[in-house]
Amino acid sequence: MPDVAVVGFAQTPCVRRTTGTTNGVEMLVPIFHEVLTGLGLTKGDIGFWCSGSSDYLAGRAFSFVSAVDAIGAFPPITESHVEMDAAWALYEAWVKILTGEVDTALVYGFGKSSAGQLRRVMALQLDPYLVAPLWPDSIGLAGIQARLGLESGQWSERDMAEVAARSRADAMSNPHAQFAGEVDVEELLARPYLADPLRSHDCAPITDGAAVVVLAADDRARELCDRPAWITGIEHRVDSPNLGGRDLTTSPSTVAAGKAAGADGVQVAELHAPFTHQEILLRQALGLGDEVRVNPSGGVLCGNPMFAAGLGRIGEAAKRVLTGEADRVLGHATSGPLLQQNLVCVMEGRD
Amino acid sequence: MTTPLSAQLEVGFDYTRSLGPTLGRFMTGLRQRRVTGVRGSDGRVHVPPAEYDPVTAQPLTDVVEVASAGVVRSWSWAAEPLAGQPLDHPFAWALVQLDGADTSILHAVDAGTPDRMRTGMRVRARWARERVGRIQDIACFEPSDGPAAEPLDDELDPVTMVTTPVVLRYEHTASLVESKFLLGLTEGRLLGQRCPACGKVYIPPRPACPTDGVPTEGEVELPDRGTVTTFCIVNVPFLGQRITPPYVAAYVLLDGADIAFQHLVLGCAADQVRMGMRVEAVWKPREQWGPTLENIDHFRPADEPDAPFDSYSQHL
Repeated sequence: MPDVAVVGFAQTPCVRRTTGTTNGVEMLVPIFHEVLTGLGLTKGDIGFWCSGSSDYLAGRAFSFVSAVDAIGAFPPITESHVEMDAAWALYEAWVKILTGEVDTALVYGFGKSSAGQLRRVMALQLDPYLVAPLWPDSIGLAGIQARLGLESGQWSERDMAEVAARSRADAMSNPHAQFAGEVDVEELLARPYLADPLRSHDCAPITDGAAVVVLAADDRARELCDRPAWITGIEHRVDSPNLGGRDLTTSPSTVAAGKAAGADGVQVAELHAPFTHQEILLRQALGLGDEVRVNPSGGVLCGNPMFAAGLGRIGEAAKRVLTGEADRVLGHATSGPLLQQNLVCVMEGRD
Repeated sequence: MTTPLSAQLEVGFDYTRSLGPTLGRFMTGLRQRRVTGVRGSDGRVHVPPAEYDPVTAQPLTDVVEVASAGVVRSWSWAAEPLAGQPLDHPFAWALVQLDGADTSILHAVDAGTPDRMRTGMRVRARWARERVGRIQDIACFEPSDGPAAEPLDDELDPVTMVTTPVVLRYEHTASLVESKFLLGLTEGRLLGQRCPACGKVYIPPRPACPTDGVPTEGEVELPDRGTVTTFCIVNVPFLGQRITPPYVAAYVLLDGADIAFQHLVLGCAADQVRMGMRVEAVWKPREQWGPTLENIDHFRPADEPDAPFDSYSQHL
């Protein structure tokens, strides 16, 4: 089977509100252009297109079909879509390349969260019989998970604030970040609760944005870039949807995906942690020690475009290999409530 | 123009779901102020009941009745409740482990203020006065060391279905080129956009040419007459229909456009409409115009010979 690598990555700025449509075309056209021209490719060179987005976020049916306008799908293209974060679209594209049918794939995700009320939209991913009818919002649920860890001593409010402060400081070098800057932990801890025990800095912002990753196989990858980020392991696992029936202070699916993908020995990890405590939880689940640089981009706490942010983590991690800054990296994506489903993608450079 | 048109959009649907034996029994119980769980392969009692064992995936059938009072295992404070949530004043979301259960149920606790909440506190169900067999039959939980309400023994038909209304609100935004098109209509003008790569003219315009994937940027004003490329005769009545069948829904290709749009063709018998027929717009009275293609009430036959097939064969 072929070796598959990330060879290109582009993303829009993370912003609170765009004026574009919910089908993402306005966000996608420029980043398709950026990533394809950067690689010297045209749309006809792409063997497979795969996207991740959600009609619930868009408030309209088949928004992903309208998004195909951004590609210019003539002559007809081979295309697919997942109603999930586009990291799972990347998984599908990876499988497609492994079949040998194609040697290039372009994966994209987009979301205009500002169009609706994100906290309510996210309630609709919950059990539709027993949980969603109560409209539990994403922040309320995350608060329950955070408190379990706080009261069991797994993390403290200070640990959480430190994650926020480090993320915002790191984001100062990320021109796409929505939030960046030096913030003082004491000052963060003095702020009021948003949803006790969570403060605003513990929660990822509401973001409009999109991201795109190009994959290529073997020699095609070597032609397209000097230092492809070869995927050495990509795995995803899922936990029970029953929030009261699983231990929320760990993530068995992340542990399993990390083991299967071979998370050991990575130098950089981009973790999809929309809440500060979840970064701590994920570090533990993946066994990442202090020597691992976590979320040098600032992570999703500094910009969280729904359905693109997980793909963006893989892109950000891959970028460290493409630029030669790191040799072995990890991108993580999550989907579902409270880290229910997790994907781990380990990549390395080969000199 | 830099700000596109936008409007509030409400999307709603009443989801109706069949419950199956496990959840049906649970919902039937709620109507009687009774909470039932199910015993898993490891002996744990799952409340709410799991249909399949989370470890072995085997169907679970060992039903266990538990109390409607229990202990808070974790919580967060909802200072500003959102639409549809169990209470409209501040409350706590909590995982509540009912007495006799080994898992927790997610629900609201009506504690008033966050300082009355703590992990480990006892709560009991506050039952809705009207119970129909849905999770909201438990209105919420309330702090209490007292006993749970006694179940009722009234015999009612088993609950087999649950209806969940879902309503979401969005700000729906048109693209910039669609906005120009819609604003043009308020002046009785038909504004399309030309693709800079292939030269095709789209009306209604699209943010990107679907053939080339580049933004359409050249504005083109089109006349209000064109050609019927294809059509159908509507004979079927449906909800919200404005015209009595039979009538004709047709694709009209405006002169100078490269894509047809759907509209009504009236003003002749339905069986007189044909491919290639030339038609012209019949506008509503000007005072009724808004940013909508409905400003054109319908198209009617124009007094012209039919267009040759070759003139529209690439636009079908």
